[in-house]
Amino acid sequence: MDKYFTRMGDGSPIYLSGDEIRSELLEGTLDAADRGKIAELSPEELDYLFEIIISPVNVTSVVRGKEVVTSSDSGAFKISYQANISMDRATAIQVHEKVLAADSLDLGNIDYSYKAVKAILHDEAKVMENVQLNTIMPVLYGAMPNLGLYTRPDGPVDNWSELLPKGKIVEARAAQEEAIEHAVKDMVYIAGGMNAAGADGMNFDTCGASGDADVLAALKAIEIIRDKYPALGIEMGMSGEFILGMHGQLEFGGTRVAGLYPHRQVELAEKAGVTIFGPVVNTNSNKSFPWNLARAVTFIKACTEAASIPVHANVGMGVGATPMTPVPPADAVSRAAKALIEIGKADGL
Amino acid sequence: MGGIRTAGDLVLRMQLAKGMKLEVAKAYVAEKMGVTPIELSDCSIMREKRQTLDIGYPMPDPGAAKGIEAKVRIAEVLKIKINSVEQFKRKTGLQ
Repeated sequence: MDKYFTRMGDGSPIYLSGDEIRSELLEGTLDAADRGKIAELSPEELDYLFEIIISPVNVTSVVRGKEVVTSSDSGAFKISYQANISMDRATAIQVHEKVLAADSLDLGNIDYSYKAVKAILHDEAKVMENVQLNTIMPVLYGAMPNLGLYTRPDGPVDNWSELLPKGKIVEARAAQEEAIEHAVKDMVYIAGGMNAAGADGMNFDTCGASGDADVLAALKAIEIIRDKYPALGIEMGMSGEFILGMHGQLEFGGTRVAGLYPHRQVELAEKAGVTIFGPVVNTNSNKSFPWNLARAVTFIKACTEAASIPVHANVGMGVGATPMTPVPPADAVSRAAKALIEIGKADGL
Repeated sequence: MGGIRTAGDLVLRMQLAKGMKLEVAKAYVAEKMGVTPIELSDCSIMREKRQTLDIGYPMPDPGAAKGIEAKVRIAEVLKIKINSVEQFKRKTGLQ
C-alpha cells in the first residue's frame, strides 16, 4: 500500500496510507463540529483536502485568482528582535513592504502589551509618524490587551490566578472587572495617540490570553475607539479557539463571552466595530497534520460563513493547522494556507 | 497577495478601512484600477498600472512617487481618505 509523506502537529515527518489520511481528516472535522456545534466538512471538501495533502509537490499554492492579503502580529520586529538582525523597526517595515511584498504590517513594542506602551506612547508615536511618511502599504499599531499585566506586584489589582485556587471566586471576579477598566483606558489612550500619528489602524492581538475578561476589555475599548475615530481600521486577533471562562459571567451586548468559538466570537467583534477579525484554531501537536488541517478548516469555514467583515485566519506556529515548531515546514504551512483559503474561504491570513 | 508588487496593499486598505470581504474589496480596487480582479495579483500587469498612476512600486524609477507621495495618489485613485495623508495635508498647510 502506498504511503504518503505528511507531518505530525509538532512538525515531525510521518508516512501515512491513503486510508489513514482519510480517517484522520474525518476525525478532525468531526472533532471541530462536535466542539463548536457547527457543520462538518462535506465528503467533497474532505476529498479536496486529501488531494492537497498527498500532492507530490513540496510547496503548494492557491488556484490563480484566489490570492489573499496578509496582516501581521508583531510584524515589525520579526526581523529585528526575533531574527536578531540589527535593524530598527521602521526600517524593518520598509523591508517587509519593498522586499518581502507584505500587504500590510503592524508596528509594535517589544513587550507587545498596551499597558507597557502607555508610558512610552510619545516615542512610539514618533516611530509611527516616520513609518507613515516612508511607506505605502497600510501600517497598523499592534499590541495585546494582556490583562495579566494589571495584577500585583506589577499592576494595581489582585491576581485572580492566585485567588481562584484559594476558592476566592468573588474576589477573583472583582479583580478582573477592575483590570478591565484599567486596560480599556490604556487601549483607548494609545489608539488616540496612534490615530494622531497617522496610523491606518489598530491591531488588538492575542485577545483572550487572560480569558474572557481579556476579550471583554478589548471589545469595550474597540467600541469606544470606533465611536471616537470612525475612520480608523481595527483588527482583532484571538489567542485561542475557545474563550476561557476565567471570570465566567462577563457579557458583551447580552452574550456571555466565555465559551465562544470563532463563529460566535466574530459576532461580538462586529458588534464592537472591528473591521478585520483574526480567528485562531489551536494545533494539537500529538495529532497528525491531516487531523489538525480538517479541524482548522471546519472552524474557519463556520467563522467566515457567519462573518460580514473580512476574516484573516491565524496561520503561524501552533495555530491554523501549522505545526507547533519555531520553524514551521513550508510544505505544511502552504497546504494549510491553501485549504483555509479555498475551503475555509478566509479573506486573508 | 504581493503588496506593492501587485495590488495587495490596496485590497488590504479597503478591508481595513471599510470592512470589505475579499471579493468585494478586489472588485472595488479592480474597478478603480481599470483591471480585472484576477489581474490584481499579476505583478507584471500591476507594475505597469502602478507606474502609470504613480502610486508606488518596488525598485522605483528616479522621480517616482514614494511613501506619503504615493499615498496621496492612492487616496485619489481609491476615492478614500487615508489617515496619514490627511495628517500630512494638515501639517503642511495644504488643507
